[in-house]
Amino acid sequence: MSETYNKPLPKIDPVNRGFWENAKAGRLSVQTCKSCGDKHYPASPVCPKCLSSDQEWGVVSGNGTLESWVDFHRAYWDGFKENLPYRVCLVRLAEGPIMVSNLVGNSDNAKMGAAVRVVFDKVTENVTLPKFEMA
Amino acid sequence: MSELAELKNRAAVIGVGNTAYGNFPDVDEYGLAAQAFRSAVADCGIDKNQIDGLVVCRIPYYGRMGEVLGLDPRWTLTLPPHGRMSGIGIIEAATALATGHAKYVALLYANIGRSRRVNYGGDESPGVWDPFGFTSPGGAHAMAFQRHMQMFGTTTRQLAEVSVAIRHNAGLNPDAVMRKPITIEDHENARFITAPLRLLDYCLINDGAVCLILTTPERAKDFKKPPVLISGFGGQESFTRSSIPNFDMDFWYPAVKAAGDQAYAMAGVSPKDVDALMAYDNFSPTVLFSLEGLGFCKQGESGGFVEGGALKVGGRLPVNTDGGHLSNSYMQGWALNVEAVRQLRGECGARQVPDCEVVQYVQATPCTRSIIYTRG
Ligand SMILES: [Zn+2]
Repeated sequence: MSETYNKPLPKIDPVNRGFWENAKAGRLSVQTCKSCGDKHYPASPVCPKCLSSDQEWGVVSGNGTLESWVDFHRAYWDGFKENLPYRVCLVRLAEGPIMVSNLVGNSDNAKMGAAVRVVFDKVTENVTLPKFEMA
Repeated sequence: MSELAELKNRAAVIGVGNTAYGNFPDVDEYGLAAQAFRSAVADCGIDKNQIDGLVVCRIPYYGRMGEVLGLDPRWTLTLPPHGRMSGIGIIEAATALATGHAKYVALLYANIGRSRRVNYGGDESPGVWDPFGFTSPGGAHAMAFQRHMQMFGTTTRQLAEVSVAIRHNAGLNPDAVMRKPITIEDHENARFITAPLRLLDYCLINDGAVCLILTTPERAKDFKKPPVLISGFGGQESFTRSSIPNFDMDFWYPAVKAAGDQAYAMAGVSPKDVDALMAYDNFSPTVLFSLEGLGFCKQGESGGFVEGGALKVGGRLPVNTDGGHLSNSYMQGWALNVEAVRQLRGECGARQVPDCEVVQYVQATPCTRSIIYTRG
């Protein structure tokens, strides 16, 4: 965390605000439909399954499995140059939705299906990014 | 008309044209498209004022395009600058001809991404995963190929076969941008961009324009060259995970299979009848995914299928005989459709596939399309 954080930040809006408020408090959440129970991410203005607008941010376990990953050797934003190569992961949460994030810590033993768990990276005063590490 | 299959052979390509491919900072999209249009008009010998249908893609304003070409069409369609619109545009044009919206349709595509230094990632294409540095179509294809490696044991040396074969084909095409032969070792030693993908898994970025002119088969007889028939087509979108752009958990397998099955049924052919395949190759893995979805091999077996130069002209299944996006030109599918026409006309010189009668185009993308062309 620093005053000079120069990577892209999430564009927080009324639909996704709950996710980022939860993340700031160290909780991972997915949008949960109060009408049909569907869990999905990223934020959607209506439930893609039943079209209800009655949705909430349901806290999840933070456990998941690795679906895939990619190592970026090119920085599309200057802020990532110091991290090259950095690892992006695709995680299936235990509760179902899939999420893109960073795989941090030692992940030399990465393989599809491996268990991962969320960790929180407070990058600015207002933004905490949920990232993952090998469980 | 109620069945899609009734659209078999209801449209024909009569003229094709393209600009040179390269770096043209002094020309805009209209100028490039006009050159391609002039070339396609000359190719078929049509009076350009007969053209009453216009499709434009990656061209800022359809109206200005009509003004530049001196055309007031009856029917117009404008497509966004995404690399998956060529199949959509050609199928829509074929449908417009069959239903009488237009008698002669010109389809125009132009790209100035090289001279204007388009990056295809970062702030040019903002997305929900930007805070994690996940951006660019290449990053998404790398994530898909990593998954393919994990699920099926596909190797990067097998992936290299795609780039090596398509570069070989480009070497037979005097107009291709990249013609110097490469080897599997060259591929394996190239620098990573988004590992497991390396530089040689990435398509080119270059300027250029492409034009196709379509009409009905009856009208097609009046022009200079034998018509090429649009004998089958199919489509299937994969939109429900669009927040991860250019990615599909299942390699677009269900979509490619659906689109291919529709196209094969309409045309009355099967993969074994296909003399050459034009597969959208923005990144080399897309070719593997296309081969699996269309049924040239089983899902997971494309790595073995492409070994030994299978995709070269003269190989088991010639793919992207002009050099594709990887080595000829990044014309986002449009030039591949032109190549299909030229192969069926027998105009391809050193890269000509002998006795070429059936050529298939496929784009394994969030908007998957396949088109089957046959000799008229
Ligand atoms: Zn619902």
